[in-house]
Amino acid sequence: MAEPNMYRYDEFDAQFVAERTAQFRTQVERRLKGELNEDQFKPLRLMNGLYLQLHAYMLRVAVPYGTLSSAQMRKLAHIARVYDKGYGHFTTRQNIQYNWPALVDVPDILEELASVEMHAIQTSGNCIRNVTADHFAGAALDEIEDPRPLAEVIRQWSSLHPEFVFLPRKFKIAVSGAPNDRAALAYHDMAIEIVKNDQGRVGYKVLVGGGMGRTPYIAQVLGDFVEKEDILAFLEAAMRIYNQQGRRDNMYKARIKILTNALGIEEMRRLTGIEFAEIKKAGTLQLPKEELDRITAYFAAPAFETLEDAMPSGDAAFEAWKKTNVHKHRQPGYAIATISLKPIGGVPGDASADQMDAVAAIMDRYSLGEIRVSHEQNLVLPHVRQKDLPAIHAALAGFDLATPNAGLITDIIACPGLDYCDLANARSIPIAQDIAKTFADLDRQHDIGELKIKISGCINACGHHHAGHIGILGVDKKGVEFYQLLLGGSGAEDASIGQIMGPGFTEHEIAGAVERVVNLYLAKREKGERFLDTYRRMGMEPFKNVAYGEELYAVHQG
Amino acid sequence: MANPSSQVLTANRLNDGTVLYRKADGWVLTLAEADVYDDKPAAQAALDAATAGLTRNEYVSPYLFEVRRENGVIHPVKEREIIRAAGPSVRADLGKQAQGV
Ligand code: SF4
Repeated sequence: MAEPNMYRYDEFDAQFVAERTAQFRTQVERRLKGELNEDQFKPLRLMNGLYLQLHAYMLRVAVPYGTLSSAQMRKLAHIARVYDKGYGHFTTRQNIQYNWPALVDVPDILEELASVEMHAIQTSGNCIRNVTADHFAGAALDEIEDPRPLAEVIRQWSSLHPEFVFLPRKFKIAVSGAPNDRAALAYHDMAIEIVKNDQGRVGYKVLVGGGMGRTPYIAQVLGDFVEKEDILAFLEAAMRIYNQQGRRDNMYKARIKILTNALGIEEMRRLTGIEFAEIKKAGTLQLPKEELDRITAYFAAPAFETLEDAMPSGDAAFEAWKKTNVHKHRQPGYAIATISLKPIGGVPGDASADQMDAVAAIMDRYSLGEIRVSHEQNLVLPHVRQKDLPAIHAALAGFDLATPNAGLITDIIACPGLDYCDLANARSIPIAQDIAKTFADLDRQHDIGELKIKISGCINACGHHHAGHIGILGVDKKGVEFYQLLLGGSGAEDASIGQIMGPGFTEHEIAGAVERVVNLYLAKREKGERFLDTYRRMGMEPFKNVAYGEELYAVHQG
Repeated sequence: MANPSSQVLTANRLNDGTVLYRKADGWVLTLAEADVYDDKPAAQAALDAATAGLTRNEYVSPYLFEVRRENGVIHPVKEREIIRAAGPSVRADLGKQAQGV
């Protein structure tokens, strides 16, 4: 079996995860015996990623910065098959969720996960959550440096940091090493972009105060260029300001985005600067170069073969897949291949145990044993030889994993919504399915081009609706599902927050409304314009005028 | 007849999370078999009894939800409880609907 280059647990990590697993086993036993009541037990289970959802428990397993080995993927398949109902759901946080685990089985599941260096810690609660990263990390053509070593440094610094165990609210950090933002940096509590300064030195641009949910904000620049050895001191300085001044009286105002906008970014910078100077003076949080080098070594580029660029050709199905699901690699002769988890009419992000096993075999055979989970709920084979692409495509097709739609209108992000989620107002998945079926025709999808639709079942925005070129938000009107349409959002380097169009649509109206909006774009676009560009040029009004259609317009007026 | 205040009591089984519905002093697995409380005092009494019984550590999170009865069949008023009673609407092979209930 291929062993990819990724972070491996040291003794401390292994011991820590083993201890936590053993502790949770005892905690579950005590709960079942009644020695702990639910109020006492709930925070303990949440610390281990275990939620109670609409139908059953749900276990959220961390996939640090979205990187998995084939051994881990096989283990995820095994858990789905033995302890769950034969599938898992990949989330917009690059994690995987199981929808039906029994409480009594969870200690065994955690033990299985620990055996492949995985766990469910920091997937819940008011802590620094699992750090996310560009899913093309280490492979992208436009990359300055692989962001994962820094993500791992942050993981180690933030895990169980005594000051950060009880933050005012959850805290999400993303890292990217490329100017093209594939990690939705601007929508994170804090984000780090690896940049190069005028002297050609590599350092970090730090953003703060982005977020979705009830009060969406685009992150602002806290530090233009932070030297590498200073990054932990700088992050810690910002965290201290948040810990001291973040609001704990109102959970809707507790995220750092609220603090940042209350203080203003200038003041936030000033305060961070003062703390930073103090931490630096103490010198305790310098990141030694040797330590960064040691961690970076884990992520060393694989031993690539010396190959020429030569993209193979194939039948129409292969060509269609190649067009959208294959991206340029930094290494000649190699490519990045996206495995779409968005078959037309399927559940976005779901993968069966058999599919996971099939992917693990493909990883071993063709991708140096490695895969990434993307925040767009797809999987990415980061390092494949161009000449293997036809064989990979054929292998994927055998498991319904070759849908050629990455980045197209049917590559829809959708949260679990009311089909699973206890907090939901409305279903997300059936809306995604309806829209995907509406636009199933591949020529039409290509004609439309890049168009990102993102759907959330409630204001918590797990489906990133604010960042969708077209966003859809489920709302509840007296127990009936309604859907608000948002236009003009982006989670990329041109980040923007989608604007709500107006009154909501019913479950049966929403796909039609999306189609009318898209048709107007097709009629009005200028050369080279994506949907987002046309919307930005024309504004909401013309889209609103067509979205409701004549009949709906009459209903909403009346 | 639709009675605006008809309610059913639900909870989750502690050891595996399965959705439960209240019947007499115990629980059943399907909404069809559940007791319907046609007035508020009866519903509140059932909730109070279930809340008191939490110390037995057999179930968690009891709460009431609205239903209507049509031709003897119990229908939840809200979409959320329709889905909870059946299973995910996008996976007819999962949840209570798959067990033929
Ligand atoms: S957005 Fe709302 S409905 Fe969707 S998964 Fe998050 S909390 Fe649940």
